[in-house]
Amino acid sequence: MVERTAQMIFTVCASFAILAVASITLYMMISGTPAIFKVGLKDILFETAWEPTGAEPKYGILYVILTSVVGTFLAILIGVPIGLMTAVFLAEISGKYTAAIVKPAVELLAGIPSVIYGLLGIYLLNPLMYRLELVLFRDSKTHQFTGGSNLLSAVLVLAIMILPTVINISQTAIESVRKDIRAASLALGASKVQTIFRAVLPAAKSGIVTAVVLGVGRAVGEAMAVTLVSGSSVNLPLPFNSVRFLTTAIVSEMGYSQGTHRQMLFTIGLVLFVFIMLINVVLNRILKGGGEEK
Amino acid sequence: MKTIGKSSKKLKALLGACLVGVLCMTGCGAAAGAGSSGNDAGNGTGTGAGGSNTTVNTELSGSIQLVGSTSMEKLSNALAESFMDKYPDVEVTAEFVGSGAGIEAVTTGTADIGNSSRNLKDTEKAAGAVENVVAIDGIAVCTHKDNTVTNLTVQQLKDIYTGKVTNWSELGGKDAPIIVVGREAGSGTRGAFEELLKIENECAYANELDTTGAVMAKVGSTPGAIGYVSLDVIDDSVLALSLEGVEPTAENIKAGSYCLSRPFIMATKGEITAQNELVQAWFAYVMSDEGQEVAKKVGLIPVK
Repeated sequence: MVERTAQMIFTVCASFAILAVASITLYMMISGTPAIFKVGLKDILFETAWEPTGAEPKYGILYVILTSVVGTFLAILIGVPIGLMTAVFLAEISGKYTAAIVKPAVELLAGIPSVIYGLLGIYLLNPLMYRLELVLFRDSKTHQFTGGSNLLSAVLVLAIMILPTVINISQTAIESVRKDIRAASLALGASKVQTIFRAVLPAAKSGIVTAVVLGVGRAVGEAMAVTLVSGSSVNLPLPFNSVRFLTTAIVSEMGYSQGTHRQMLFTIGLVLFVFIMLINVVLNRILKGGGEEK
Repeated sequence: MKTIGKSSKKLKALLGACLVGVLCMTGCGAAAGAGSSGNDAGNGTGTGAGGSNTTVNTELSGSIQLVGSTSMEKLSNALAESFMDKYPDVEVTAEFVGSGAGIEAVTTGTADIGNSSRNLKDTEKAAGAVENVVAIDGIAVCTHKDNTVTNLTVQQLKDIYTGKVTNWSELGGKDAPIIVVGREAGSGTRGAFEELLKIENECAYANELDTTGAVMAKVGSTPGAIGYVSLDVIDDSVLALSLEGVEPTAENIKAGSYCLSRPFIMATKGEITAQNELVQAWFAYVMSDEGQEVAKKVGLIPVK
């Protein structure tokens, strides 16, 4: 009897997740598609002008999509190597005492709310970026000054934000690599560094990929911190341009939008949703595929 | 033990009172929500504040229809909610289809009141519409405190926002780039700003921020930044600019000398005194201290 009840409770709990995913998917489909039919998929995905309140409204989100792609990619480019190295440090190199300092710091980093990252970005990062901008574009006639709210600020904030995810998951992956792999490598005369890069990391590949995928997910989906530091104008994603991500596009205009404009915001949500799904599937296939077949 | 027992009793009583209070408020909210279409989350504040000191009047019943300006959505909904708290048997419905359509609706008799966020045209007045200014919307242009330019002409302001002028030195200030800060598409402040300057969708924003507070923070912390906000939020953290030599103050706006302002008008067909008693009660409420306080709360300048 107890067994059966427990089993039932577990099943119900498990089905909640499925129910949630299914209803979110359905909801996004239903609320995201009307605008596609009204505006036309081509005019949404391949046009660059975002003028939702114009006399002839334009709903092109190409720049917004590109910003999300470029921004996430750059954040991963910076965040993953740092995160992975930290994980290696924690799992393989550090002594008890250094680990006792680094590990809690990483955990603390994971617990900081994203709005705090954004505020720090506004008060520390943006002024620095503005100074850099003033120096770099001193003689530029065409550059629009943004006061430091730009793609680079957003990327740096995102890179820091994905660190805890990448560090924690890859550390677990590295630590779960079997001892004999290390021993065999060392016995063959490989140095410690060679062992880490040639033997341990390849063996932990699957876990590290999971870390990267979750990191990408965090970076793509982050809105709060990004909306505070990125400037939020729709522009081509160049490092010193003020840019708008898919997430911030929804957040910033939800307040007062109406009619097609509002439906369009749901469509952006749908694009974001599809985008994240694609990244999950593709990254898992490409990065993990080789390892699992063997 | 005795004291504990007493205090727990008190606590229970307090909880009970709270519960009743909450129930009442949700009740009011639901009634108001049903009346005003396209309600935004922001309007809830009006209900709570009005609910406490409301004397309920059930003598009047019927419905009042407001049709018109989208810019007046916040004001209309807030007024409608607090009015319906006061007169529970009256239903105020508000539609937001644009100033022109609103005035047309009132002159053709399909609505009681036509909302307009601009002065009435002579043709509209000829058709019988009467201009009743209920509040004034004022926008202040502000910059970082270190800015040395304190006055702009309308043309200069337009040039800044359309990206023709990009350095303060072109306006007699320091050699520093201008950082153009504005609001997101759909914002009422942005709509009014661009409409009054006639630069709709021509603006080249470097920052499109989604709240008034964010604009103030950005402008206050970034040398060279310029932004626009509702007049009532201007404080010491920024420098409010004069336009055409006129300072942005409530007095100047009422006198009509400051250009970035517009009247919020609730037009009627014929004078207010010629309207039915419902509409008269509406205007009596709107122009009362209570009604003008509601206008102030949504960031407008009261006319009284």
